Amino acid sequence: MSLSTDDVKRIARLARIEIDDAQAQATQGRLNTIFGLIEAMQAVSTAGIEPMAHAQDVFQRLREDAVTETDRRDAFQAIAPAVENGLYLVPRVVE
Amino acid sequence: MFESSLSTLAAQLAARAVSSRELAQAWLDRIAALNPALNAFITVDPEKTLAEAAAADALIAAGSAGPLTGVPVAHKDIFCTDGWLTTCGSKMLSNFVAPYDAHVIQRFKAAGMPSLGKTNMDEFAMGSSNETSFYGAVKNPWDTTRVPGGSSGGAAACVAARMAPAATGTDTGGSIRQPAAFTGITGLKPTYGLVSRYGMIAFASSLDQAGPMARSAEDCARLLNVMTGFDPNDSTSLERDKEDYARDLDQPLAGLRIGLPREFFAEGLDRDVAAAVDAAVAELKKLGATTVDISLANSKLAIPVYYVLAPAEASSNLSRFDGVRYGYRAPDYADLDEMYARTRAQGFGEEVKRRVLIGTYVLSHGYYDAYYVQAQKIRRLIADDFSEAFKTCDLILGPTTPGTAFKLGENADDPVAMYLNDLYTIPANLAGLPGMSLPCGFDSQGLPIGVQLVGNYFSEARMLNAAHQYQRATDWHTRMPIHL
Repeated sequence: MSLSTDDVKRIARLARIEIDDAQAQATQGRLNTIFGLIEAMQAVSTAGIEPMAHAQDVFQRLREDAVTETDRRDAFQAIAPAVENGLYLVPRVVE
Repeated sequence: MFESSLSTLAAQLAARAVSSRELAQAWLDRIAALNPALNAFITVDPEKTLAEAAAADALIAAGSAGPLTGVPVAHKDIFCTDGWLTTCGSKMLSNFVAPYDAHVIQRFKAAGMPSLGKTNMDEFAMGSSNETSFYGAVKNPWDTTRVPGGSSGGAAACVAARMAPAATGTDTGGSIRQPAAFTGITGLKPTYGLVSRYGMIAFASSLDQAGPMARSAEDCARLLNVMTGFDPNDSTSLERDKEDYARDLDQPLAGLRIGLPREFFAEGLDRDVAAAVDAAVAELKKLGATTVDISLANSKLAIPVYYVLAPAEASSNLSRFDGVRYGYRAPDYADLDEMYARTRAQGFGEEVKRRVLIGTYVLSHGYYDAYYVQAQKIRRLIADDFSEAFKTCDLILGPTTPGTAFKLGENADDPVAMYLNDLYTIPANLAGLPGMSLPCGFDSQGLPIGVQLVGNYFSEARMLNAAHQYQRATDWHTRMPIHL
């Protein structure tokens, strides 16, 4: 398989990464080389093999449904790009 | 002092022969002298370091010191450190002062071990040369025209150049072991789940694991005692009884069965590396070990599998960097979508963007089964090969890397050539097994060579035993770059 520049632009849109035509073209070549490497997987027969998502067979632990965190809003918002009255500011999305 | 083991430093502190402040100041002076040439540290903050050292001195004076209290260490800039700039080597986090401590940092603080600073690394731990760092490449102390390996390249360089007694690193596909090999130090990636990932900025969560980087296996064992332990804040942290990883260091090696995977000694392996690894095997045999021929037939697929799974997990993990809650935000944008897209285009470097794009693609509709699920199935085949091999051997041994440290810029334009560096290290990450690299010689150009040990789950004490006995019989790990 081979990605077109339109594919690259579509993926970049999904990934929320701005990309112009020249960058898409440069990226296309690199990605296709990497996918060339990845293609080796397709020759392997994996019928009946259970996918391995994780190295250990562990279950999600549960804890008591109790408040464990203290309010650190000010500390967390002190490092935010834009805040006001305890709210994170972003460009208007609803007119 | 710069050549002393961690336990020697601790003994001197306990005997009041030196204070933690004096130790910290001496190492800070050495960092100030060497860092301009090596670029191993992103942040050094002598005031904070000396305050932590003074607190350690108070613990020692009060008689409440632990085994390593007062011994300073350097931390990879992937660990959130309260009040310290924590960049992960990225422009995206170039203004991020962490508001809390990673579990690993909490444990070093609880042990009374001052931080010497935050070490340079490939951006978001994605790289094998440390050239993807927003803060510039780290130079290999053995030859400053060469890379130190990556992604824990700053940690490796600072230990190799004796700018810190020891350092923390993280390893997703070889990021502790490969730089350890390239710089002539000892580094260990523990069994997945032994060290908490809380506060360790996530790359590929099913593979990421933190571990020690130091000058010897003995030092690594003592650091592992500090770093490991159950943490309810990491859902993959394992609840196990506390172990002393130094307990078996002095055991003899008689009866140890070492598996040699024939696939790791095949085509593509540098001749000097092969010869040094063969010599390490001969040395271990002299110490009483025997060897077994084994096969890890599916390990040749480790790189393709890794470059599906790691980017897939990364594309999800890195979606949090959107310019809203912390980190970089693009200065100009017309609307919310543009703010996200520009922030990420400007805040991430090329390699990170590449991997986010690969991950986004393999997880997208119509490709998920062909790539992501297929990779997870082959991951199991790779893990099964190891289980089969451990029926006939106790440890697996091979080269850490196919070659020695390459020139800065040599692989910068060829991602695939760069990726092949991790050919021998990735399989252990995929299986979740512990792996370590230790120095075993030099190539014809005087560059360090690493030999890798991979153990079964939770066999760190056994691996460290074999490595320590090897280091008692050899002196490769004591060599350092003479011009420093």
